[in-house]
Amino acid sequence: IAAMMASSYNAKEEDGHHSSGSSHGGAGAVKSKKPDNTAFKQQRLPAWQPILTAGTVLPAFFVIGLIFIPIGIGLYVTSNNIKEFEIDYTGAEVSSPCFNCAKNFSWNSTTSCNCSVPFTLEQPFESNVFMYYGLSNFYQNHRRYVKSRDDSQLNGDRSSLKNPSKECEPYRTSDGLPIAPCGAIANSLFNDTLELYYIHSNGSSTAIPLVKKGIAWWTDKHVKFRNPGGSNNNLTAAFQGTTKPVNWRKPVYELDPSDSDNNGFINEDFIVWMRTAALPTFRKLYRIIQKKPNMTPTLPSGKYLLEVTYNYPVHSFDGRKRMILSTISWMGGKNPFLGIAYITVGSVCFFLGVVLLIIHHKYDNRNNSADIPN
Amino acid sequence: GVGEKDTETLGKFEAENGLWREENPNRHYANNKIKTTKYTLLSFLPKNLFEQFHRFANVYFVFIALLNFVPVVNAFQPELALAPVVFILSVTAIKDLWEDYRRHRSDKEINHMDCLVYSRLERRYVERYWKEVRVGDFIRLRCNEILPADVLLLSSSDPDRLCHIETATLDGETNLKQRQVVRSFFDLVRPLLFYNSIIECEKPNNDLNRFRGYIIHRNGRRDGLYKENLLLRGCTIRNTEEAVGIVIYAGHETKAMLNNNGPRYKRSKLERQMNVDVFWCVIILLVMCLFAAVGHGLWMFQYGDKRPVFDVLSPEGTDLSPILSAIYLFLTMIIVFQVLIPISLFVSIEIVKICQVYFIHQDMDLYDEETDSHLQCRALNITEDLGQMQYIFSDKTGTLTENKMVFRRCTVAGVEYSHDANARRLAMYQEMDSEEEECMSHGGTLTRRDSVTSHQSARVVLRSQSTKSHRRTGSRAEAKRASILSKHTAFSSPMEKDITPDPQLLDKVNECSSQLDFMRFHSQPMSQLPSDLSDIIDFFIALTICNTVVVSSPNQPRQKVRMRFELKSPVKTIEDFIKRFTPSRLTSGSNSSSSSSLITNRSSNRGCSSVLSSPSAESTLTKLDEERPARGLEHAFSPVPPNYEGKTWAAEEGELRYEAESPDEAALVYAARAYKCSLVGRLPDQVTVELPHLGKLSFELLHTLGFDSTRKRMSVVVRHPLTDQITVYTKGADSVIMDLIKPPSTDNSKGKRQRKIVYRTQNYLNLYAADGLRTLCIAKKILTKEEYACWLQRHLEAETAIQGREELLFESALRLETNLQLLGATGIEDRLQDGVPETIASLRKAGLQIWVLTGDKQETAINIAYACKLLEPEEEILTLNADSQEACALLLEESLHYIQAKFLCTSTDQAAKTFHSEFAAFDIYPSSPPSSSSHTSPFTVHRLGLVIDGRTLAYALDKNLEDKFLAVARSCRSVLCCRSTPLQKSMVVKLVRNKLKVMTLAIGDGANDVSMIQVADVGVGISGQEGMQAVMASDFALPRFQYLQKLLLVHGHWCYSRLANMILYFFYKNAMFVALIFWYQFYCGFSGSAMIDQWYLIFFNLMFSAFPQLITGTLDKDVSAETLQQLPQLYMNGQNSEEYKPYMFWMNMIDAFYQSLVCFFLPYFAYADSDVDLFTWGTPITTLALFTILLHLGIETKTWTWMNWASITFSIALFFTVALCYNASCPTCYSPSNPYWTMQRLLQDPLFYMLCVITPLAALLPRYFYRACQGTLFPSPVQVGRQLDKLPSETRRNILSLSRVKVGAQLGPKPPFLSLLKPFPKDYNHKDQKSFSNSKTAQGCQGPVLQMDNVGKSHQKGQSSPLGVTHSKKGLSDPYTFVSTEIDTLPYTKEAPGHTGESQPPSTKDSDCLDKTLDPSDLSLSSWITSTPLLTQGDSVQVTLPPAGGSQCVTYKRNSEETPGLDHTVRPTRRTEEQLANCSKDHSLQTTL
Repeated sequence: IAAMMASSYNAKEEDGHHSSGSSHGGAGAVKSKKPDNTAFKQQRLPAWQPILTAGTVLPAFFVIGLIFIPIGIGLYVTSNNIKEFEIDYTGAEVSSPCFNCAKNFSWNSTTSCNCSVPFTLEQPFESNVFMYYGLSNFYQNHRRYVKSRDDSQLNGDRSSLKNPSKECEPYRTSDGLPIAPCGAIANSLFNDTLELYYIHSNGSSTAIPLVKKGIAWWTDKHVKFRNPGGSNNNLTAAFQGTTKPVNWRKPVYELDPSDSDNNGFINEDFIVWMRTAALPTFRKLYRIIQKKPNMTPTLPSGKYLLEVTYNYPVHSFDGRKRMILSTISWMGGKNPFLGIAYITVGSVCFFLGVVLLIIHHKYDNRNNSADIPN
Repeated sequence: GVGEKDTETLGKFEAENGLWREENPNRHYANNKIKTTKYTLLSFLPKNLFEQFHRFANVYFVFIALLNFVPVVNAFQPELALAPVVFILSVTAIKDLWEDYRRHRSDKEINHMDCLVYSRLERRYVERYWKEVRVGDFIRLRCNEILPADVLLLSSSDPDRLCHIETATLDGETNLKQRQVVRSFFDLVRPLLFYNSIIECEKPNNDLNRFRGYIIHRNGRRDGLYKENLLLRGCTIRNTEEAVGIVIYAGHETKAMLNNNGPRYKRSKLERQMNVDVFWCVIILLVMCLFAAVGHGLWMFQYGDKRPVFDVLSPEGTDLSPILSAIYLFLTMIIVFQVLIPISLFVSIEIVKICQVYFIHQDMDLYDEETDSHLQCRALNITEDLGQMQYIFSDKTGTLTENKMVFRRCTVAGVEYSHDANARRLAMYQEMDSEEEECMSHGGTLTRRDSVTSHQSARVVLRSQSTKSHRRTGSRAEAKRASILSKHTAFSSPMEKDITPDPQLLDKVNECSSQLDFMRFHSQPMSQLPSDLSDIIDFFIALTICNTVVVSSPNQPRQKVRMRFELKSPVKTIEDFIKRFTPSRLTSGSNSSSSSSLITNRSSNRGCSSVLSSPSAESTLTKLDEERPARGLEHAFSPVPPNYEGKTWAAEEGELRYEAESPDEAALVYAARAYKCSLVGRLPDQVTVELPHLGKLSFELLHTLGFDSTRKRMSVVVRHPLTDQITVYTKGADSVIMDLIKPPSTDNSKGKRQRKIVYRTQNYLNLYAADGLRTLCIAKKILTKEEYACWLQRHLEAETAIQGREELLFESALRLETNLQLLGATGIEDRLQDGVPETIASLRKAGLQIWVLTGDKQETAINIAYACKLLEPEEEILTLNADSQEACALLLEESLHYIQAKFLCTSTDQAAKTFHSEFAAFDIYPSSPPSSSSHTSPFTVHRLGLVIDGRTLAYALDKNLEDKFLAVARSCRSVLCCRSTPLQKSMVVKLVRNKLKVMTLAIGDGANDVSMIQVADVGVGISGQEGMQAVMASDFALPRFQYLQKLLLVHGHWCYSRLANMILYFFYKNAMFVALIFWYQFYCGFSGSAMIDQWYLIFFNLMFSAFPQLITGTLDKDVSAETLQQLPQLYMNGQNSEEYKPYMFWMNMIDAFYQSLVCFFLPYFAYADSDVDLFTWGTPITTLALFTILLHLGIETKTWTWMNWASITFSIALFFTVALCYNASCPTCYSPSNPYWTMQRLLQDPLFYMLCVITPLAALLPRYFYRACQGTLFPSPVQVGRQLDKLPSETRRNILSLSRVKVGAQLGPKPPFLSLLKPFPKDYNHKDQKSFSNSKTAQGCQGPVLQMDNVGKSHQKGQSSPLGVTHSKKGLSDPYTFVSTEIDTLPYTKEAPGHTGESQPPSTKDSDCLDKTLDPSDLSLSSWITSTPLLTQGDSVQVTLPPAGGSQCVTYKRNSEETPGLDHTVRPTRRTEEQLANCSKDHSLQTTL
């Protein structure tokens, strides 16, 4: 009987329906179960039925081709009009002026090493010039690296400041004090200093004014990153009870000695660094060279000197360090790829269109005549 | 019910209810409270989760979610990673909860219904809830009440101790069933209160038709309990004012509950295939993870000891070794790539299937107005299987046919009454149906008035033809209305009721009854009646009374006619009987007064009142022997007031309703009524018949030996009121009755006459069978008093036996039913359902193999098969009838040889190919691939029909022979299994399903089909007249067979193609998405980092890309319903799984990888060496992937409704809305991505838009191009169908009508074989010369075989050749037309002059081919291959081998080419059996087709 019970256990609305049906069904008027004749229920919704044949898709291919190729050319030209200059100052090669600095340098060094890299701009840079530093082989997108930060702390949350998130491990505390800012990203902050000098033909040099305001996203500077203590100007007090990241030379509230509004978590260089790069070879905006009000080019062609305060070791991961000067257009920096891609895709479409045209002429006609005998 | 027999285990009940005890002795039995819910409030969560975790996928996803909680390997925020799993689980849980709640509510409602239970405390019946009823309670039931439990009937207000129940809720049968009071309670007035007995009965089981037990009285006497005593839960009491019973089984132990198995879960083929690919996905996933892990290890390794600044130490500050971190990474990657195994796939599939089921439900074309029912999907998860069927196993009666038995004709005493008018009447129905359909189909063109008038005129004709006024005749629509009106009386549509009598027979009946009347009046012995007339009257009496039909009155359909013509006091002795039968009716009045005094004596007269049992043995026997002159002076002729007998009664007579248990019975009763021989009342002990001139005759019903399928007959034993003889009327299958006929003595004239009758009747029976009629023989037997007494004694012993009662009763019946005298036979037509031939034809065109498994006899089955175009006249039929295992083996061997000799020598495949290439030249769609079925189906199907009977089937299903049987059967186009038992049916299905690995569908309507329906991949029940058992067991229930066409061809196709495409798309989508992250691993040191925000990653499947595919999966139509039905060939698409082949998975994977490469590397290069950050770069990639995926779906979508547009728009809008909100909501949350303001900035970036334009295009270019080329260069048949759809409807109709043959020819398997099998170039004149030469080559192959016998047959052919040439020219239009030979020898030449084109197939050659392949030494053994000797449809060529052993012969039957439905010719080459000759001579054969 137990078995019977078990077998009947996963039961059955049927019995319920039947019994209740017969108890009520008698009284109520019998309602026809006839389904509604609506387009939806009968699956007769008006529909567009594209049929993919050579004939029908032919125009699409040509249209795409005809649109894409001009766009591609436009993009390509735009990209080519962008002026970009790039110089590697890693110092990996013996010939490099920074070789010495690179050779015997590590995170533990206390003294900074300086080197000067001369370079020549063949063409003048007319509009605003953006100065980037570029790193290669630097996996800022490593999973554990990306995670290693505390956004609340960076947002000025006092409790997080004192008690950073576990994600920051092992850069969470140092000597019993919480690290501010904690985490691997902050710890590995790029700390080279780059200065640019224009060398006049007479040999004298002029420092080119580098603007450090506006290199970070506005929202980062004003929303995401905040110093603890709000508008309180005394950052030293705000960061009381925390310690600097291991690799840093100075605490976070002294990052920019020249501008007190650019210190602490809202230091723009720091903010830019904290926005982890997508790919192992990346550049980050370092300074902006504002266009001069008069008609002279921002950076006239000629000789320049890049003064580097070499602090950042890249030797351990075979990295390269670069300095990039670039103007930008509406589509960003210099990158001919998209233009080429448009041209290529457009051409391929056009070519396939021709192929389809041939196919259409050879096969489709007969098909159609067979379909419609008269 | 199909329960196992475990009669030995008897549960024990104690029902000591007379004495009040402290505690209920039955307390340990289940109470009557039912609980069908699965959960309680407390148990819901654990139990539901437990059930959900039975699904492997759920476990997997939970495992992954939990993995996220391990810090070393976690990839996402652990809480977030739980979200999808929780979402999926909770959706399912909510669904389950809701269902359970519904069950709970209905349970509650049922549990709280009221019934009257005897309360021992209050000593009266009190109202109680159902749930309070316990085993052993007495309950009182009133009319129209529903039984709360299984109840043993102890008393009834019915004077016959009967109780009528309606079991419609249980098995759907609407007729009333009688139940009897337990025997020992017959005499008890108020038995229940002073009753102390023990009931022992079987343990609860689910067999509705079985109940055994006994009741042990205090005095130790035992009485048997049978199913006739049991009232089942859920049934309704009818026609009985009050009944009292004791509860035997309650609650979940009731048979109704045990029978309720709830919905079924099956796994569809597509799902099985999908699971394989899910498995592949797992493999791909593991490979990808492994690759990443190794890559990470190597990446770590290359830095050696100088740990780079970005390689973060473990939280403990220790350095991880490359190997360890590779292992961790492996686990992390599994989490990151988890999307590859589509978590939402299972849920999506379920949703789509529910929607599909909904749409199938809503289809108007599957709605039957007559029964107000539409298709039911009982299995929710195998809709797509409908699109992949390869074999259909169909029941015949009630499935192909209407199960509306219509009396067609009869033969009485060797004379045939053809009932031509009746045939015309039936034809009229058919005509009117078609006419009406035409009107319907033309819709707008014909005005309503037109159609009405046409009906009326038809009706006028009809009326003039029939003697009765057909008040309700007319079109089917009217019939429908009528049947809705009379819904409660089964088998009583006008078509079934209003039979037009044969005038000749009617005259004879009239004459006969008037003579009888005369003789009775003049007190002449009845035996003086001429024997043919007496046979006629006996025949009709037998038709009228030899059944279990209950008569009900018209106004209250459920009220039994209680018209007693006398006070109840049946007489038990023959002498009484004689006394009662004083010749004159006038004396009856005086006698009645004397009888009344005896009525008070109720000691012994209750006896014979039951249907199946008689009173105790002693009393009856003694009564038989003793003379008790004083008793029983009643009479069969009623003391009813004369006015009652007169017109009022006659007027009402037409209105009486007959409630029959089977349609045959009803048909016969209605037939008899047409001859004024009507059943007017049936009581357990007497049957009243009204005869013309004679008025009402009451037959005392002594016994009814009910029908069973083993005996195949039923009998009634009555005392004939006119002759006073004890007469047995038997009605049954001709095969059994003919064997029981008393061998007529040879010498006297009576014997000769008898022999003649038997001989002639047999001939007519053969004819009837050949006509596709169901035949029944009617016989009678007159018992002498001694014989009866002798039989009765043993019968009563059998009845009272406790052990083996059934067997004893069976034997007893066998003893009685011997030495019968044949009266006649009837032919009942079981009309084909509407559209059956068309349905079968189009299903077959769709490449479905159709097997018919029927319990009917061979001849009937074959003829029905012809009628429904299952067998076609040009088909050759192999008939297998074997007597033994060995014979069967040989027979199969021979058949195989035969098939091989015939078909393989033409090297079918090669020839078929050449044929195709030739044929394609003038085909309408030259670009479609040639016949998919002949090449892709696992075997070739010839134009052969196989007919096998049950006995042979039993041998053939033996382990040793099944392979051979299958080999034979699968090369036949249609297979017909006759006389098969339910078990055999399921064995056949199982065999085919398992051995051939094909998808099988079983369709049936009766209880005998249940096992077959359960075994098949898809079981379809016809919710017809034979109850609901098949429906309960089925996956789909259809009101009519013809709906199968739309169900399979349209819905099956759609469901399959939708689901297949959706699954493929799912795999593609997930692979494409996951691959993006995989490519990224090469640029992040295989660290498991993802540029796609974890939110996007997790909700991409669940939200952003979910809706469009659901819409497409639910609504997409590759081809319109009309085209699908007009071009059934398109169904092969699903049969061959063309939408989802294994390689397609891989193609999709490759495409997915390509697309992801594009979606990854375009942004990669576009942003290379820029200051872009991780998620500002990843978000465009997500967006691009979404666009690509949606556009991909767009390419695969065949029909775009506003829902598609809306869903795609919605998806994109949803993505951007969510992204914008998400990116604006919280500047510090969502570590580590922290995507604050990312999307907002992206939207300001022109580069983003540039990428959005180019990437999806570049990604989809190959697929789009491929689809376009495919559409032009090698369109699949489905695409051709779609192109047809695009045409304006007029043009399309033209093309379809014009090309139906050609398209069918091209796609279907038929033409190649047709041409190959007829290698007779000179006999036909094909339009196309190429084809002509083609068949020549085919013949070349067959050449040697053919040549050898040409000499032998040349004389036959010689005659035909001139004729052949002339005719062949006329038959130009039909390329497969052959010309008849020897037309002059045929009996029907005159009938067929119009059809000159048809005729003699070249089958002689085929047979010759066989002749040669058969080894002469085998001949004696191969004697069981016979053609169906009675069959006359189609030309047949009988090639008879020299009879090696007496009458044994080998005959192969070959049917000629001809259009079915036309008259045709019969040309047996050699006749080996007399029967064959007989039937081919008979002219009445030609009408059925």
